[in-house]
Amino acid sequence: MSSATVPHTHHVSVWRRVQKQLGAAFNAVLNFFIDLMDYIMHPLQRLVGIRGMGYVFVLPNLLIFGVFILLPMITNFFYTFTGGANLFLDQRPYVGAQNLERLFDCQNFLAPNTCREDLFARAVTNTALFVITQVALMIGISLLTALVLNRKIIARGFFRSVYFYPVLLSPIVVGLIWKWILQENGLLNALLVAFGGDKVGFLTDANWARFWVVMISVWSLMGFYTLILLAGLQSIPSDLYEAADIDGANVFQSFRSITLPLLMPTMLVVLILSLIRAVQVFDVVFAFTGGGPGSATIYIVQYIYNNGFASATKEYGLASAASLVMAGSLIVLTLAQLRLRGTNNVT
Amino acid sequence: MTTQTAAGAGRTGVVGYLTRTKKRGRIGTADVLTYIYLLVGIVLMFGPVIWILMSSFKTPAEVTKFPPRFLPYQQETAVVEGYDEPLPLFDVTLEDGSVARLAQVRRVGLEAQMIDPASPEEIIRVNINARQPVEEVKFSLDNYTEGMESFNFWRYFLNSVVVTFVATILTLLVNSMAAFSLSKYEYRGRNAIFLIILSTLMVPLSVILVPAFLLITQIGWNNNLLGVIVPGAATPTGVFLLRQYMLTIPDELIDSARIDGASEWRIYLQIVLPLARPALAVLAIFSVMWRWNDFLWPKIVLTQNQVFTLQVGLEAFQGDLQVQWNLILAMTVLTLLPITFVFGILQKYITTGIATTGMK
Repeated sequence: MSSATVPHTHHVSVWRRVQKQLGAAFNAVLNFFIDLMDYIMHPLQRLVGIRGMGYVFVLPNLLIFGVFILLPMITNFFYTFTGGANLFLDQRPYVGAQNLERLFDCQNFLAPNTCREDLFARAVTNTALFVITQVALMIGISLLTALVLNRKIIARGFFRSVYFYPVLLSPIVVGLIWKWILQENGLLNALLVAFGGDKVGFLTDANWARFWVVMISVWSLMGFYTLILLAGLQSIPSDLYEAADIDGANVFQSFRSITLPLLMPTMLVVLILSLIRAVQVFDVVFAFTGGGPGSATIYIVQYIYNNGFASATKEYGLASAASLVMAGSLIVLTLAQLRLRGTNNVT
Repeated sequence: MTTQTAAGAGRTGVVGYLTRTKKRGRIGTADVLTYIYLLVGIVLMFGPVIWILMSSFKTPAEVTKFPPRFLPYQQETAVVEGYDEPLPLFDVTLEDGSVARLAQVRRVGLEAQMIDPASPEEIIRVNINARQPVEEVKFSLDNYTEGMESFNFWRYFLNSVVVTFVATILTLLVNSMAAFSLSKYEYRGRNAIFLIILSTLMVPLSVILVPAFLLITQIGWNNNLLGVIVPGAATPTGVFLLRQYMLTIPDELIDSARIDGASEWRIYLQIVLPLARPALAVLAIFSVMWRWNDFLWPKIVLTQNQVFTLQVGLEAFQGDLQVQWNLILAMTVLTLLPITFVFGILQKYITTGIATTGMK
C-alpha cells in the first residue's frame, strides 16, 4: 500500500542526494561498459557491415538456446531409444522402441494397475485430470476476480496486489504452508472440529489430496491470470457499453456480445499459458504431498524426475521416453489451441 | 439463481452484479457482495501466510497441540532458589477451594509435586487435574535460532541472490540483443530464427531434463551456480516480449543515429534499450520471479549443501526426517520474507508493469 505519505523534508533531500550519487556511479560504470564493448564491437561492425550486425546481436541468444534447448531436444531421442543406467551416450546400448513400448504396455488403458509401468499410467491419468480441473477452475476464478476488480471499487491497485501476492511465493513455500494447514492437526481440521465435524485426512486420502493439489495451485497462480484478464477487460472501450445501454441491451446481453468476444484473445493467452504450466505441475506437489498418498498425486514431471534422478537405479531411457510423450502432448495441445484461435478470427 | 436486486433496475443475476457500474450515492447489494468477495480474498490470500508466521513462534509443544491457537502461547516459568532450571508455573486449585500460583518440581503419575516460589521448602502434592498452566503470549525466536543451526540461511540466501541477479542481467542482455536483431535488421533466416525460438515456448526445460543434465555434467557445471544460471537465460518469452515492444520504436530514430555516425552497438545500448525500458522492466520482474522460485533444475544441478539455493535448501531441510515442524515453519517464513519484503515495496510497479506491458 504505497499511499502518498508525506515524508520529512530532511529525509527527502538526503534520499535525493543518495539517489543522485548512486545514479552517477551507475552511469559511470555503464558508460565504461559501453565504451569497452564498443572497442570490440566497432571493428566487428567494420568487418561484417551493418546488416551483418543483425547476426552478431542474435548470436549469444542462439548459442545458449541451441546448446541448452535445441541440442538436448535432439539428444532426448537418443536417450529414448537406448537403455542402461549410464548417462553418457556412447555407453548406452541401442534398444529400439523398448522404452516407449514399456510405457504403453497396458492390458487396459483405462486401468493403470494393468500396465507394466503402472506409475506412468497413473502419472498420465493424474496429470490429465489435474490439467482439466485446474485450468477450468483457474480461468473461472480468475475471470470472476477480474470482473470484480474491474468494477468501480476503492483501492483497486491494493486488491489487485492482494491476489498477486501468492504468485511471488515459491512453490516449495506454498506447498509447505498448505501442508501445515491441511495436516491432521492443522488449522482446517481444527475449524472442522470447532463447527462440530470430524477430522478429515486431507493429506492421507487420495481424492482429498488430489483435490487440494488443484486448489493450492489455483490459489498460488490465480493472481497472475487475474492480472492479465483485468488488463484485457480495461482495454475494452467503455463507449461500447454506453452504446449498448442506449440500444436497450441489458447487462447480460452486453456481457455476452461485448465483454466475452472482446476478451477472447486474452482468454486464449490465459488458456495457453495456464495449460502449458498445468501440464508441468511438479514442485508445489513435491513439497506438499511428495506424490502421495501412495501414487495419488504423482504427475508426469515427477515420474521423469523419479526415474532419471531420484531412484537408485537411473532409468534415463524411460525418463526420456516420458519426456518425449510429454513434449508431444504439449505441442499437440498448443497447436490445437492456435487452430482454435485461427477459426475464431475468421468469424 | 437470478435475483432482483434492490438497486438494479432491470439488471439481474450474477452477470448483472459483476458488470454493472455503481450508481452515484447508492450502495446496492452488488457493492456489498463485491466488498465481501474482496474481503474474503484478503483472508484467503494473506491468511495462510499469517497463520504460518504465527505458528513459527510457537514452542514444539504448542505446535503439536490440537486444536491449535492463533497466538503463540508459552508457559510462564519461575526461577526458584535451589533449582537449576526455571520451573513451569501453574494455577492450582487447593483443597480449601482457594487458587494459588505454584511452580511444578516434578510430575509423578497423576500427582504433581509443587512448591510456592515464595517459600520453596515446603512441597505441596496436588492432583494434575487441579492445576492449570499459566500462559503468556510470547513471540519466541527459538525456532529461528535453532533452525538456522542446520539450515544455512545466509549461505542459501547469498546463492539465491547471486543466481537471481546474474541470471536476470544475463537474460536481459542476451534477449534484448536478440530482440533488437529480430526487430530492426533484415537478413536471411530472420523469420526462421524467430519461429524456432517461439516454438520452444511449448518445450520447457523440464521436458529435456536428462539430456540437459548430461550437458551440464560434460561441461563440469555440477554444483556450480553457472549450471543453474546459463541454461535458462535465452527465454522465448523474453525475446517475444522485447521484440514486440521494439517493433514500436520508429526506424527513423535508428537511421538518423546511423547518419550521425553512431555504431550499431551504441544505437542498441543508448537508443533502443532506454526506449524499451518498460518491456525490460517487465522481463526483469519475470526473471526475478522465475529464478528466485526455481526449484526442479537447481535441485538437479546442485547436490552439495554449500551451493544450495533457498528453495533447494528448504526442500532438503523439510525432507530431513529428524527435523521437527516448528523448525520447518520458521525456515519457511525466513524463505518467504525476502520476496515479501521486495513485493511490499514494489507491488504497485510490479502489478501495473505486468498488466500494461507484459501481455500485449
